[in-house]
Amino acid sequence: MVIPYVRGFFKYRSLLIEFVERDIKTRYRRSILGLLWTLLNPLLTMTVMTVVFSTLFRSNIENFPVYILSGYTIYNFFSESTNSAMNSVIGGSSLIKKVYIPKYLFPLSKVLSTVVNLIASFIALLLVMLFTKTTVTANVLLIIFPMLYLFLFSLGIGMILSSLALFFRDIIHLYGVLLTLWMYLTPLFYPLEILPAWTKVIVQINPLTSIIEYTRLITLYGAIPPLELNLICMIPGVISCAFGLWIFYNTQDKFILHM
Amino acid sequence: MSDNIIEVENVSMRFNLYKEKVDSIKEYFIKLAKGTLHYEEFWALRDISFSLGKGDSLGLVGRNGSGKSTLLKLLAGVMKATSGSVRVGGSVAPLIELGAGFDMDLTAKENIYLNGAVLGYSKKEMDGHFNKIVEFSELEEFLDVPVKNFSSGMFARLGFSIATVGVPDVLIVDEILAVGDFKFQEKCQDRIQSMLKGGTTLLFVSHSAEQVMELCTKALWLDGGKMKMFGEVSHVCEAYANS
Repeated sequence: MVIPYVRGFFKYRSLLIEFVERDIKTRYRRSILGLLWTLLNPLLTMTVMTVVFSTLFRSNIENFPVYILSGYTIYNFFSESTNSAMNSVIGGSSLIKKVYIPKYLFPLSKVLSTVVNLIASFIALLLVMLFTKTTVTANVLLIIFPMLYLFLFSLGIGMILSSLALFFRDIIHLYGVLLTLWMYLTPLFYPLEILPAWTKVIVQINPLTSIIEYTRLITLYGAIPPLELNLICMIPGVISCAFGLWIFYNTQDKFILHM
Repeated sequence: MSDNIIEVENVSMRFNLYKEKVDSIKEYFIKLAKGTLHYEEFWALRDISFSLGKGDSLGLVGRNGSGKSTLLKLLAGVMKATSGSVRVGGSVAPLIELGAGFDMDLTAKENIYLNGAVLGYSKKEMDGHFNKIVEFSELEEFLDVPVKNFSSGMFARLGFSIATVGVPDVLIVDEILAVGDFKFQEKCQDRIQSMLKGGTTLLFVSHSAEQVMELCTKALWLDGGKMKMFGEVSHVCEAYANS
């Protein structure tokens, strides 16, 4: 049963590459700075947030620029990739109605093309670390692990959303609100310690929290994260991905009837 | 395994026609609670069976809404039948609405690769096909122009050239030969003829019995989703024309 899918994936892998390339090409097609924006975007946002939080609201987190950018990088990937994956199947309806192509290519390609932004944001983070004289250790290379966990988690959520949004278009609007709520429940610009007990529980259940914690451990503190933290980050990723595939697989034949 | 490249057995396709389109959660639950989530069943196709061998060409005739396009979509693998089985042994190149796979912001050159990938060609294969596509479409000068600036005729030329560059086992053509100028139409017909000689099976939909007679050896007449007649093209077309 699996073999035809593997064969299908190989047959259409160049289409996956074309989709990803198209996304990246069209995203910055008309802008003068082009791909440089992927680097500038996180840097500028980080600057704004640092200025806001170090003048308006005094926070006593040390090395705030690195603190905020490490969290923001993770959250931003999640919000961007799931959002574009959510709209991907609807956006691909003109194709889906005419030609047979594996439908999971749409959300998958969107999440993959957002990885380019993730890598650029990480480079921006490294630049900020150098600029703020944070000690950079070889442990930053461990970043591929949280990136992988984050990728799996976002892909799963993205697949669920891309399927549901087709049946109920209000999901698109609802998710925008949910993302804002999600942002505040992620420790981007506050430390976990300041939260009252009941919110702390929610924030700690949030899978993004542990992925951000992982990222901060290797960047801000140059440490090697313990094995438990790897598991805590990986398990939600695997569950979300499996659940996403299951929903997508079981609904994909009905997609065309709702386009 | 038989020699048939296409086997369609007792295929039926049902659509649920909702009285009103329900695509928001609120509406869905309100209607569900009130028990007013009614829909009507509509059978677009009922109990269709036929088979085609290699090199056969089938013309689908019938009035609007008789289920021709639905049948093509089932054969292209775009939809799944409600019941019955569709078996297509080989590669399918659909020519349904040319340019469906084009991205308006990309140039013609980029779209050739994109559309080729949609049809399942690898990048390497497309490198080999690229010149043939450009030559056939006669769009050499416009390769770096975003396709949103193309005319519909240019669209059709590019789409046709890409879809027919390989030698697919099955070619699906849904009334697209009416686009492009006369000369290009002739060129398209020639290419289809040469593909037929090469063993490609053709599925062709048209309102025009003449075009069907010209290209096809067999014909299937659909009426209200049911098979009215299947057989030699001259027989079926004659009956259809006299109906």
